Amino acid sequence: MDCKQLALLKEIMEISFCLVETNLYLDTHPTDERALRIHNTFAKKYDELTNRYRMKYGPLMPTSMSKCPWQWIESPWPWEIDYSKCD
Amino acid sequence: MWVYEKKLQYPVRVDTCNPALAAMILEQFGGADGELSAGIRYLTQRWHMPTNQAKGILTDIGTEELAHWEIIGTIVWKLVKDAKPEQIKGTPFEAHFVNHGKSPFPHNAAGYAWTATFIQSKEDPIADLHEDMAAEQKARATYEHLIRISDDPGVTDALRFLREREVVHFQRFGETLNIVQEYMDKKKYY
Repeated sequence: MDCKQLALLKEIMEISFCLVETNLYLDTHPTDERALRIHNTFAKKYDELTNRYRMKYGPLMPTSMSKCPWQWIESPWPWEIDYSKCD
Repeated sequence: MWVYEKKLQYPVRVDTCNPALAAMILEQFGGADGELSAGIRYLTQRWHMPTNQAKGILTDIGTEELAHWEIIGTIVWKLVKDAKPEQIKGTPFEAHFVNHGKSPFPHNAAGYAWTATFIQSKEDPIADLHEDMAAEQKARATYEHLIRISDDPGVTDALRFLREREVVHFQRFGETLNIVQEYMDKKKYY
């Protein structure tokens, strides 16, 4: 995994974590409109980034479409990545 | 159902080859207050929850715990993957190694295998949510013990992240308990 791919993956990991936070908060504050606006902004960004990642580097989820051969198993698994190699 | 996302929740950095620390980190992989217990506990308690907020929070925190279990397994693996047998011999990881090699395995730091007796589900939302709040505090305490003994800066960084998640989860379970209590008071349900 080159530095550009790793940078995009880490950006997705960040936005995905923001979504976990808004998700849990909204579970117990379902009518908080400000939190919902933040969540929806993150959700849109997440869709954009994951689409860009999928087009360039292949799927992050097995439900995505794939070229031949099956792309899901091609990229490194999360525990195999050196996340600090480009710092 | 669940769908796997091919990414970690947090970018785990490991700076040392460190079988002794790996053996201690396993407390959170298969210990009573570890991430596996947390995930199975919350996902098991969902069926009888009376409000949508409670069903949501147990589903979503339970799911996040499985992501934390994956982070812990990754820390353990990265700490031992390059270790030669002579670097393992004489460390607390040696007993693990003779049975499992370098594979993470769900037992605690002392080698006691994970068991469902670590968790509980009572079909009583008040009892279960109190257990969940206690579980988050016990996991936070375990992370603090681990941070005190960690001599790997990258591992310490990931442990601090995971400790903070316990604090957030405790907060959310507390809010859920209030919501459920209010709901039951309204229903005059004993």
